[in-house]
Amino acid sequence: MGRRTYTRPMDGWWLRNPFFVKYMARELTAVFVVLYALILLVGVMRLAEGRAPFEHWVANLQTGPAIAMHVGLLAVFLYHTLSWFQIMPKTMAPVIVAGMKVPACAITGAGLVASAIASIAVFVAFRMFAA
Amino acid sequence: MPEARNITIEVLRYDPDGDGPPYLQAFPIEFTDDMSVLQGLQQIKDFQDGSLTFRWSCRMAICGSCGMMIDGTPSLACRSFLRDYLPGPLRVEALAHFPIERDLVVDAGDFMAKLARIKPYIIPKEVKPLSAGEYLQTPEDLERYEQFSHCINCMLCYAACPQYGLDNKWLGPGVTALLHRYNSDSRDGAAGERMQLAHEPEGVWGCTAVGYCSEVCPKAVDPANAVNQNKTKSAVSFFARFLGGE
Repeated sequence: MGRRTYTRPMDGWWLRNPFFVKYMARELTAVFVVLYALILLVGVMRLAEGRAPFEHWVANLQTGPAIAMHVGLLAVFLYHTLSWFQIMPKTMAPVIVAGMKVPACAITGAGLVASAIASIAVFVAFRMFAA
Repeated sequence: MPEARNITIEVLRYDPDGDGPPYLQAFPIEFTDDMSVLQGLQQIKDFQDGSLTFRWSCRMAICGSCGMMIDGTPSLACRSFLRDYLPGPLRVEALAHFPIERDLVVDAGDFMAKLARIKPYIIPKEVKPLSAGEYLQTPEDLERYEQFSHCINCMLCYAACPQYGLDNKWLGPGVTALLHRYNSDSRDGAAGERMQLAHEPEGVWGCTAVGYCSEVCPKAVDPANAVNQNKTKSAVSFFARFLGGE
């Protein structure tokens, strides 16, 4: 055909739109979720080794820098949870209740409430176990 | 008479017969509150520069021809109003992620080829003679695909999809939404054939759930939902093979 079309570069595409920045933030927070899962996995391994190694692991997590890290990670995980449930309605088959399609905001809201309840349950259970 | 106001439209121009890259050209125009961006471009073409090239047809958001980037957002020019971009300037560019043919016109060849591949028409489950009457559907049957049938092939979702921009081998949101529309139709019998396209790495798995496609869709089709429902179907079918399924 010999037409001279122009294809625009994609460099820095994720900075072009706030929506893409939020998407990249969501993907990045997943990395921290994996890293923290590894920290918890180490805790399980220490627990298997006995009481002293586990208490040593807990003591390490109670130092100043470890607490600062947890505060930072809490913010990261809250964003991860929010963004996860925001995209959830787009990833699932329609839920029909009484002949009506459940709106996206109801699915997102239900997910956030469920994760809040689960977080509180884990927190309470751990406090009872630690006591 | 509505009061006239002024705004500047910056257009990304591209001349395939020249030897340079695209460049921005500013056109100050006078407009009234009822004027769309498309009407602004038509005014430029009629009174300032007849060489300005863009596609349009229906002026009422149904033909899907006037898709373009308006201030960086994939939009239908006929459905976007100049008053919403005050004080301006507003920037108009050809749809992102497609090769530019000239000015605001893109090469839609890739999209059209993909559309043909998914066979976007009903392939009857059982072919009946005309005398046997219509293929009947219940309202529930219609509900299963109706939303996805609203697609007007405007390609805004492709301009919203960075994965398509990074690798245009991926089937993309709009075509997958139409694949889902026909596969979900109770009268259709070609879902197995279409799903072969969905299973490919360039099928539904090219999507990383950015979700912006559904935000920009002027017809609320929610292509991200169609793609992700078919990821589930594709995964189920993959594992079903080990259980003696399809």
